[in-house]
Amino acid sequence: MHKPTNYELWFVAVAALFLLFILPGLNAFTAPGSVLHVSDFTINLYGKYLCYGIVAISVDLLWGYTGLLSLGQCLFFALGGYMMGMYLMRMIGDLGQYHQPIPDFLVFLGWSKLPAFWQPFSSFKFATMMAILLPAVVALGFGFLAFRSRIKGVYFSILTQALTYAGCLLFFRNDMLMGGNNGFTDFKFIAGHDLRLPATQRELYICSVLLLLATYGLCKWLTNSKFGKVQCAIRDSENRVLFSGYATAHFKLFVFVLAAIIAGLAGALYVPQVGIINPSEMATDKSLEAIVWVSVGGRGTLIGPVIGAFAVNAMKSWATRAYPDLWLMFLGLTFILVTLFMPKGIVGLPAQIGALRRRFQQPKTDASEVANSKRVEEQIKPNLK
Amino acid sequence: MNKYLHSLMGLTAGLSLTSSVLADDTVKVGVLHSLSGTMAISETSLRDVLLYAFDEINTAGGIKVGDKSYKIEPVVVDGASNWPLFAEKAKQLLEEDKVAVTFGCWTSVSRKSVLPVYEKDNGLLFYPVQYEGEELSKNIFYTAEAVNQQATPAVDYLLAQGKKKFYLIGTDYVYPQTTDLILYKYLLLHGITIENIGGGLRKDADGKVISAGKYVPFGHTDFQQIVAEIKQFAASGDACVINTINGDSNVPFFKEIVAAGLTPSDCPVVSFSLAEDELRSMPTKDMVGELGCWTYFMSLTTPENTAFMKSWFDWLGTQTHPGVIKEKRAVDSPMVLSYDGVYLWKQAVEKAGSFDVDKVRAALETGTDSFAGPGGKITMQANHHATKNVYIGETKANGQFKIVQTFDQVYGEPFMLKGLDAKLGAK
Repeated sequence: MHKPTNYELWFVAVAALFLLFILPGLNAFTAPGSVLHVSDFTINLYGKYLCYGIVAISVDLLWGYTGLLSLGQCLFFALGGYMMGMYLMRMIGDLGQYHQPIPDFLVFLGWSKLPAFWQPFSSFKFATMMAILLPAVVALGFGFLAFRSRIKGVYFSILTQALTYAGCLLFFRNDMLMGGNNGFTDFKFIAGHDLRLPATQRELYICSVLLLLATYGLCKWLTNSKFGKVQCAIRDSENRVLFSGYATAHFKLFVFVLAAIIAGLAGALYVPQVGIINPSEMATDKSLEAIVWVSVGGRGTLIGPVIGAFAVNAMKSWATRAYPDLWLMFLGLTFILVTLFMPKGIVGLPAQIGALRRRFQQPKTDASEVANSKRVEEQIKPNLK
Repeated sequence: MNKYLHSLMGLTAGLSLTSSVLADDTVKVGVLHSLSGTMAISETSLRDVLLYAFDEINTAGGIKVGDKSYKIEPVVVDGASNWPLFAEKAKQLLEEDKVAVTFGCWTSVSRKSVLPVYEKDNGLLFYPVQYEGEELSKNIFYTAEAVNQQATPAVDYLLAQGKKKFYLIGTDYVYPQTTDLILYKYLLLHGITIENIGGGLRKDADGKVISAGKYVPFGHTDFQQIVAEIKQFAASGDACVINTINGDSNVPFFKEIVAAGLTPSDCPVVSFSLAEDELRSMPTKDMVGELGCWTYFMSLTTPENTAFMKSWFDWLGTQTHPGVIKEKRAVDSPMVLSYDGVYLWKQAVEKAGSFDVDKVRAALETGTDSFAGPGGKITMQANHHATKNVYIGETKANGQFKIVQTFDQVYGEPFMLKGLDAKLGAK
């Protein structure tokens, strides 16, 4: 029997080559105006999509593989982003509006010296560490309480949604000294590089590709290991796993924390590329959007969420310019159609088309083709409950 | 169809199609507002008035640069009330569409998110909505009301009316916080004592006041306790309320004010975020006599405003732009300041003889670029803010304002905190 991952591996290899070498190469080594040139804008935009792709994988690791529908994944994304944002704010130095050594919004609020908890964020290493640690600690605390109390299903979803909303309201407050509604913006430097230079943006883009590939690789390995089997078993029938002697709460907690770390890192890379972080990133609709990416792309596959994140966001970027009045209806219609007619998402489309073709070409089909389409179907099947 | 194909190619390949700055004799102009999401209700009106201004200019022959005239080709994008998307769209307008100028943004956070983009790409943005000041970018021109063109004139009016106690209430974000802090200092300077400034003060470790007034979160609905506090505060009969609450929360706030029996004659409320457009969805019958302060009111009877209103409503009836609603429309200050911005830019371009950002900026910075707009004469200053008339109005039952005082040609001052601190220190 063929290994079912063959197609996926090929796809990932080609996509990685394209994203990691061809796109940035065309951006750096061709002249603007040439047919082959990839603009700085496009590189920056793709960098943003890549970060969304990483979040989408983390959502799918929870939802598609463990059956935990978290509606608050963007909380961790934003927390990671805020940690990096604090570092970036420190790097502005005295180049802000007020030319003071502390961030503008603190001057605004009447502060004349840096609050204590801001002090260590002048270090890039510390900020990166915090972008991992803070989401992990929040996820650990919340996950421990939720899973220990065996909160499941829709109750878990509602709680995660409440958690991110609470985070959003908290960061809205000016007293938090985290920039309030405006958040952090007007960044200038990262690790000694000028953020406004195309080369810096290209490097950040390449970092995003690498993080996405690493995340993909890690999750691929994890879901194919024995751990992944337990994960799927929890998704399909938690009670049986529990009665078999597995501490499901520990497994779930591990996945929840891991997903939070992945999202946090994505957020830390996202902020220097889009140039702003504020509490609206924690609003509940952002996390719901991530769910949409996963379901459009194909739940329970690792490649699907990334494709979904790219497809939905590319469509959003394009439609907000081409059809500024109608794009929401456009998007809504797509979601309805996908849910109705493509339950397996974009990734499941080849198998669906194969099945359709089989139905219409019944007499002509030979044995090998049936085997072929069966194989594709099997590849999709384990992902559906 | 061709346009559609182009967009599709751009989408699938991710390769941008390079477009020239000036195709034939048109000039691309960006419109960057939220047409969907929470801010759409306010910002869509600005998109509409901008399209109106462009149509008006195009019909009148376009923009004359040298001996050529250019028609305006609007590039409308949707920021979707999503701040990172605003930054993305700004980049797209500047780097892909290569627009000569952008008119856009409503919230401060959207402006803050696009500011680095405009500075990096040396673009030009006109910002039309009252804001807290404390900002000056070489790439942004603020036709908006600065704090001294709305909040402090309102306080001057109330002081002249014999008010001695001021209660400050607002939504917890940068605009109300900064405005109230400025007003707190302004009131102290005008002899109002600390105990007569209501809403509470917050101090830092050294005892310096860093925030004045009462703050509620966005979307807050329960004002019972706060209004009870205001009622107690206003018992002496010489109090007023400075309201910087934003959005929907104003409805329950005013309902509670009415329920508590607080009338404008004993404790007027002056609101800085409620213009004619917002009043359409407010219980105006219960708000008669409450105050507003803007640089334009629909009820102005100047020839400029009469002509503008007629032309605007005629245009609404005949235009065919997608998404522009024809019925039950109002005009308000942000709309007029958007409209004024287009003409200030047009005149600067014609004076500079070029669409080049540096040349246009230089022309605007001369401080002589004036336009007789619907709200009166508006002049761009060297500090990127505009001198204009300020009006105090009393709300009428039909959602309009009766103008009770006019401050002629007020100079826009974005940085007030520092000056007030210095004056207070001297005192």
